[in-house]
Amino acid sequence: MIPLQPVDMMRILPEIILSVFAVLIMVLEPFVATAQKKLLGWMALLGVLAAGGATARLSLYPWPGMGPAFGGAVSADEFGFYFIYLFLLVAALVILGSMDYLQRDHAQHGEFYALVLMGTVGMCFMAASTDLIMIFLGLEISSIATYILAGYRRADRLSNEASLKYFLLGSFATAFLLYGIAFVYGLTGTTNLLGASAQLSEPSQWTTFAQVALILMFVGLAFKLSTAPFQIWTPDVYQGAPAPVTAFLSVGPKAAAFAVLLRVFLGSFSSASALTFWILWVSAALTMCVGNLAALWQANVKRLLAYSSIAHAGYVLVGVTAGGSRGISGVMYYLVAYALMNVGAFLLIAHLAGAGERLVQIDDYKGLASTRPAVAACLTVFFLSLAGFPTTAGFLGKFYIFRAAIHSHLIGLTILALLNSVVSVYYYFKIIVAMYMDEGKTETAEAVLPWPVRAALVVSILGIFWLGLAPNGFMGLSTLATMPLLK
Amino acid sequence: MSWYSAHILTIVTFLPLLGAVVIVFLGRERTSSIRWVALLFSLLTFLITVWLYSRFDPQRGGMQFEEMRPWMGLPPVNYHLGVDGLSALMILLTGFLTPLSVLVSWKSITLRTKEFFIFLLALETGMMGVFASLDLVLFFVFWEVMLIPMYFLIGIWGHERRVYAAMKFVLFTMVGSALMLTGIIYLYNITGTFDLPRVLEHLVTSSALSPQAERWLFLAFFIAFAIKVPIFPFHTWLPDAHVEAPTAGSVILAGVLLKMGTYGMLRFCLPLFPDASREFAPVICVLAIVGIIYGALVAMVQPDLKKLVAYSSVAHLGFCVLGIFVFRPEAMEGAIYQMFSHGVSTGALFTLVGMLYERRHTRLISEFGGLATSVPVYSTFFLIVALSSLGLPLLNGFVGEFLIIVGSYYRHAAYAAFAAAGVVLAAVYLLWMYQRVFYGEITNEKNRILPDCDLREKLILTIMVVVIMAMGVYPQPFLRRMDRGVTSIMLRLERHSLLMTDRAPVGRVGGGR
Repeated sequence: MIPLQPVDMMRILPEIILSVFAVLIMVLEPFVATAQKKLLGWMALLGVLAAGGATARLSLYPWPGMGPAFGGAVSADEFGFYFIYLFLLVAALVILGSMDYLQRDHAQHGEFYALVLMGTVGMCFMAASTDLIMIFLGLEISSIATYILAGYRRADRLSNEASLKYFLLGSFATAFLLYGIAFVYGLTGTTNLLGASAQLSEPSQWTTFAQVALILMFVGLAFKLSTAPFQIWTPDVYQGAPAPVTAFLSVGPKAAAFAVLLRVFLGSFSSASALTFWILWVSAALTMCVGNLAALWQANVKRLLAYSSIAHAGYVLVGVTAGGSRGISGVMYYLVAYALMNVGAFLLIAHLAGAGERLVQIDDYKGLASTRPAVAACLTVFFLSLAGFPTTAGFLGKFYIFRAAIHSHLIGLTILALLNSVVSVYYYFKIIVAMYMDEGKTETAEAVLPWPVRAALVVSILGIFWLGLAPNGFMGLSTLATMPLLK
Repeated sequence: MSWYSAHILTIVTFLPLLGAVVIVFLGRERTSSIRWVALLFSLLTFLITVWLYSRFDPQRGGMQFEEMRPWMGLPPVNYHLGVDGLSALMILLTGFLTPLSVLVSWKSITLRTKEFFIFLLALETGMMGVFASLDLVLFFVFWEVMLIPMYFLIGIWGHERRVYAAMKFVLFTMVGSALMLTGIIYLYNITGTFDLPRVLEHLVTSSALSPQAERWLFLAFFIAFAIKVPIFPFHTWLPDAHVEAPTAGSVILAGVLLKMGTYGMLRFCLPLFPDASREFAPVICVLAIVGIIYGALVAMVQPDLKKLVAYSSVAHLGFCVLGIFVFRPEAMEGAIYQMFSHGVSTGALFTLVGMLYERRHTRLISEFGGLATSVPVYSTFFLIVALSSLGLPLLNGFVGEFLIIVGSYYRHAAYAAFAAAGVVLAAVYLLWMYQRVFYGEITNEKNRILPDCDLREKLILTIMVVVIMAMGVYPQPFLRRMDRGVTSIMLRLERHSLLMTDRAPVGRVGGGR
């Protein structure tokens, strides 16, 4: 038993703050009148900001500094911090976008915010953990929170289906991950990544048994990444879940799973690169094609974006396949860009959908540009960025990833990815066509966007252009964040 | 003044965008102030491009009005602008056609005027940026960004099948640019820079590029440009886009956007990959000739005026590509001259067809006949423009086509023969069309009461016709400024062709006129 050190506690301060706020919100929930429930949302936001402050404190000051905590179970390093900032950003945007959504759909409960915070805690642990068991715990914490969130619209049949489907398939997948971890433990006698990687440091040490362990762990993660052929659940869940939750789901757990993928597969177990390379190559190619081709036929905007998010996981996998400092920093840059544009798009969709989320077909967007030009323009920016047009974050994200891929001589995969992004233009533009070039339906949701939503949109749009036009600072950060993996 | 001349290209590029931003803040219903702001900014831009072109020093080689500052750190991408005789001419063309497009749209765009002019000005910024960029990534950024305003121009203000045509235009271009982006990044991996002059220097001084790699890179760039031009098998997007686009969209599309393809070939394909260019040149020349003949034949049988003009563009651009890939200085100058003059004449033809459409809401040749008696002024303008398009001496079309045919004769007599046949066919389809539309009896009563050109239309057409005549009579100022640029491309090609033996003797550069 390792004695508890203050340094240990300090190094997981952001997670502690988030958990305290989550618990506090649960406790206060019965004492807050129904009309005042928004207060809990603001409190959650405060918690996120406080956690952000704590992360800044940790990453900027010499004490307690970077380093392992709790006997190497968790590590406070640049890599983890980068992802923690990302998760906090996503949580903040989602909370801003949910408060009025919940009010409108009469689902205003404190638990929602507590669950978002708990989900964020789990994701932060996934990014910061250096022990396989800890990673598993992080994954479970975030998963359980998101299972519940997916079914948050209790009266809605699709939302229930989403929750159950996500839960059943999700538990099935985590079992794979756990099984893989057990294999690693059996082989090396430890679940600590440092210890396990020391024993598997030579390519010759990757016996069939070890390779099976690796594949099992990949399958477990692939579910969260929703890469083909483990993407089956994604469209149903993203469509059924409340739109702000979908915003959260499509970015948070995915980025967290990518963090684990990078840390475990490219960092600790890089000696198995001969095997991982082909696993990653094949799933990148499959995921891009499946996501983009299926998205072409969708008429429901949420479902369309679900397939698009599968495709984006494919692009990111191209960067993971490329590996190296360029590949990893490209992936990390892309994930921030993707978070901004995808969360932004889903939040706007949530508010355009109207009470009960009835207006989510592409046809419902007809003529939006004449009735609400500013909203249509925002949505267009998000779609153009998702499609990867220059001056937006989406373009530079792809640019960095493809640069890494070509540097690693993945020319075929790069061309496939680029052609895929041409295909994606077609379905993103389908919505733009509806908004700008078709004659309008008169029925639209509320005339004005609530100001917290506006704030979230402003943040994401400014972020998209900032990352797309002045990438130097951010690229520096993401390069810095790759250091712990490449030591 | 020095600050301005040091940043002249930035000003030219972003002034239209500033105009677009101003329009964003104008109220939706203030359509007339929106129009005037658009006209003001595009005119101002045009005046600056004229100043730029007149200050361009024909004696100096290399790039002029250069601007360079770092943009992205890793990988290093610079904001590097600069022009030579070729890009300066293209910038002048863009500057010239945009205010005319604003005037052309003055009355015909009544729906969502605000957005229309925002997109038009944003498009101008994109086009200027494409021609001014000397950094591969910067070039690519402008190349792609420009698609979006053009997409909206066709998609919102176009005709019946506008959504289909706009989508086709975007997808075709993007497939090409996907390949080009791969090529750009691959080139960066070899040379370690995106800066065009430095990439060139690197490729000249070292033999880093294997013939195999050079071939693939050439194709990656060339296909992107060939789609844009468009060269024969890639041309199917063009008639759709042209026919469905609003008049201003067609003018810009034919006038400037197609030139981006030929410009890209001259700026990137030939200097960067001279060996591969030589290797593929015979195939490309044949495709260009197929384009000339095919475009002319298809144009001949079009029942729709706008489609006729669109296919004539395929033929004319075939001339440009032929002029580029016969590797003769006079043909290359002819191709560049033809790029400019096609922009003016075809722009004028689309404007004229647009004016007719505004009056009758049809573009079918069979609906017309005998217009010469009911709209004499319009008919005269149309005749001059048609003659310039078919290459009548003393009008602008002749200079370019003549130089191209002369140059291609040196390469291969058959090239010249087929190209000359293309000129004859152009005369056939244009004059036959003119005869059916303007001569004979008035067969349709509606044509009897058509109003002739009003002051605005006369203004637009007069400006265009004056330029057409001036360029036909006195091409020297333009040719003089492209000499050095063409020479440097030719030198680059020759340095790599010393090993080749089947080369025709190269004549005196820029001479013989």
